[in-house]
Amino acid sequence: MNKLIENSIKKDMLINVGPQHPSTHGVLRLILTLEGEIIKDTKPVIGYLHRGKEKLAESRTYFQYLPMVDRVDYLSGFFYQAALCYAAESIGEIKVPKRAEYIRLITMEFNRIASHLLWLGSFLLDLGATSPLFYVFREREKIITLFEELTGQRMMYNFYTYGGVKKDFPEGWIAKAIDLCKEMPKLFDEYEAIITKNPIVLERTQKTGILSKELGLNYGITGPNIRASGVNLDLRKSNTYSVYNETDFKTCLAQSGDSYARYIVRVQEMRESLKIVEQALKQIPGGTPEKLKVKKVNCNCNREECEYCGFDSKLAEKKINPMTFKLPIGEATAMIESARGIIACYLVSDGTAKPYRIKWRTPSFSAVQILPELIKNSPYSDLMPIFGSLDVVLPEVDR
Amino acid sequence: MYDLYAKILNILRLPEIIAQLTWAVIPFACIAALMVFVVIFLVLMERKFLAWLTVRKGPNRVGPNGFLQTFADAIKLLFKEDIMSEETNKLLFTIAPVIAFAPVMIIYGLMPFTEHLIAINIAVGLFLVFALSSLTTVGIVLAGWSSNNKYSLLGGMRSAAQAISYEIPLVIAVLSIAVIAGSLNLKEIVTAQSGGLFSWNIFPAFIGFIVLFICSIAEVNRVPFDLPEAESELVSGYNTEYSGMKFALFFLAEYAALFIMSVLISTLFLGGYLPPFNDYLSIILLDNIIKNQAIMDILIHLEQGFWLVAKTYTLLFLIIWIRGTLPRLRADQLMGFSWKFLLPLAFINLILTSIIKLAIQGY
Repeated sequence: MNKLIENSIKKDMLINVGPQHPSTHGVLRLILTLEGEIIKDTKPVIGYLHRGKEKLAESRTYFQYLPMVDRVDYLSGFFYQAALCYAAESIGEIKVPKRAEYIRLITMEFNRIASHLLWLGSFLLDLGATSPLFYVFREREKIITLFEELTGQRMMYNFYTYGGVKKDFPEGWIAKAIDLCKEMPKLFDEYEAIITKNPIVLERTQKTGILSKELGLNYGITGPNIRASGVNLDLRKSNTYSVYNETDFKTCLAQSGDSYARYIVRVQEMRESLKIVEQALKQIPGGTPEKLKVKKVNCNCNREECEYCGFDSKLAEKKINPMTFKLPIGEATAMIESARGIIACYLVSDGTAKPYRIKWRTPSFSAVQILPELIKNSPYSDLMPIFGSLDVVLPEVDR
Repeated sequence: MYDLYAKILNILRLPEIIAQLTWAVIPFACIAALMVFVVIFLVLMERKFLAWLTVRKGPNRVGPNGFLQTFADAIKLLFKEDIMSEETNKLLFTIAPVIAFAPVMIIYGLMPFTEHLIAINIAVGLFLVFALSSLTTVGIVLAGWSSNNKYSLLGGMRSAAQAISYEIPLVIAVLSIAVIAGSLNLKEIVTAQSGGLFSWNIFPAFIGFIVLFICSIAEVNRVPFDLPEAESELVSGYNTEYSGMKFALFFLAEYAALFIMSVLISTLFLGGYLPPFNDYLSIILLDNIIKNQAIMDILIHLEQGFWLVAKTYTLLFLIIWIRGTLPRLRADQLMGFSWKFLLPLAFINLILTSIIKLAIQGY
């Protein structure tokens, strides 16, 4: 009898969170061992959204695969298309017109803001505040309306193509975007006024889920999560893909590495992204829509400005036929800084119309891996805020 | 009143024993009707206000401007299947919503809504109110335990922990009112505040008002203290396994408790049914016009109801506003806040009010 009581007192509670749980941000399943309300052990179970995105690529042509990568991360589809396009472009040595690069940059940065906004809403929902979710959706809607006007889609854009983007900005788009850039900082001020110094938010997020520099680097954490721990890792600065080197912005850093630092970094990043977009909208070079078409470097026209502006006077080569588009034999890795961290696309081409192998490196995957380390010995109530602060998108984890 | 009732039954040729038996039931029937009515419109009000706070429209399909939405929801809940999982403790699972609901209903009977509209006027009204309101927690703990669901269990346990930490500052804050009024009878407490805005208890005991307001939000498990049903962590907390009418009872109890807590705060601190002026508005404005004392009494009676409802809904609006603004606290932070901050405040309030009382009255 005594032994029975002893066992029942000592027994930890095994609790299964997800995949059908109101706040696991999708279909993450966590098997927690609780001692009272203290989390002793966590096992994340992933794979509920596995669609085989990598394997699917091997049986599809490059153009057939292109619309599928948007779905890897439904909140920031532009980044995945960009990574695939940059990988293919570096194998095929396809030169991208500068205007197309600017359009990519503008859409990517807007996408980053939209993604961070949604993160902000869901993070506060995890903390128990319901109202911010509606406010961020109001603002996100403005960005998404712009995207819809540009690409015809609200979430799965399928807008980039190998060698550029599919369409030029429609008339009046730039003016609308500039207006939005002017309007947004005031709205961010509104959020910050109610959230940043809210004592309950501070109490809940400061000193919880502390991610140390070393731990983060060992686990391969990237993006705002590692920048909140004081690691200056921003591919937009160091890799200078696209035309980031022509814009002036600063990398947002925080030192403490807790949930609050991750919040601060993301809010500042939204402001920085707006700055980038605003500059890019002013600097964007002109040109006809034809400019955006695919053009190879070795077009033998011997004009100096041919590099990407060659079609100012004449049309470039014929638009590539999606059915016959091939890349030369080779392999390339394209790394870009997405809203959630570094995404890398490793592409191997065997010279046929289909990729030989595509490997995605997704930031959320690392973030889920580190979750057990972050929530160990913290109360059960802190599970969702810490998990939410990492900004994990489950389709991205499972691919 | 009873004589009138007996006469009516006599006209209908019913024996007097029936009158004696049913007389006690009538107030409770009225209370139950009032409670359901209040809750239905309180829920509607909350949804509309929250929608307004979060740039939405809120319910706007059923009835004019969504006015009948809660009726539709209530009917839906009535007709829903009552699901009980195999391994629940069936008896406790069924009793729990009743235990959570019944005390709140009795509290309605204890409240002086107007000078005459008070079902049970007893000397220890205030004491009984708090004794009953803490009983609700027992229902929640039972529900959490008997559901045989880990989320429910955590929710129930949190509710118990919350009750333990909040009852004490709550009661000590209210103690200052008993000191000021010199009575535990709710009606006498109200009468002691007569004489306009500045004789309300909120002025000597402002700290107590704040403490009681915060504690009562915790008492009814509202944001930012909605730990027992923390949606983002515990699915739906203690009522995860409940459906149909059993769930509706919890829901009813929660909103009824929310309303009655606001009534209580208005009664204790904001003069209850008394007007913020020196005299009733109807007396000030209509004294020369209406000479009939009976009509005047009715008018005053209605005005008393109006003042209480106005004060109560101001407080309810504040609570809804808080819900629209704040995130949730963590269990340990909540307890720290209660023990380290609210309890000392409540004591300071008690000492201050006692000193004021002594200074005014002497021994």
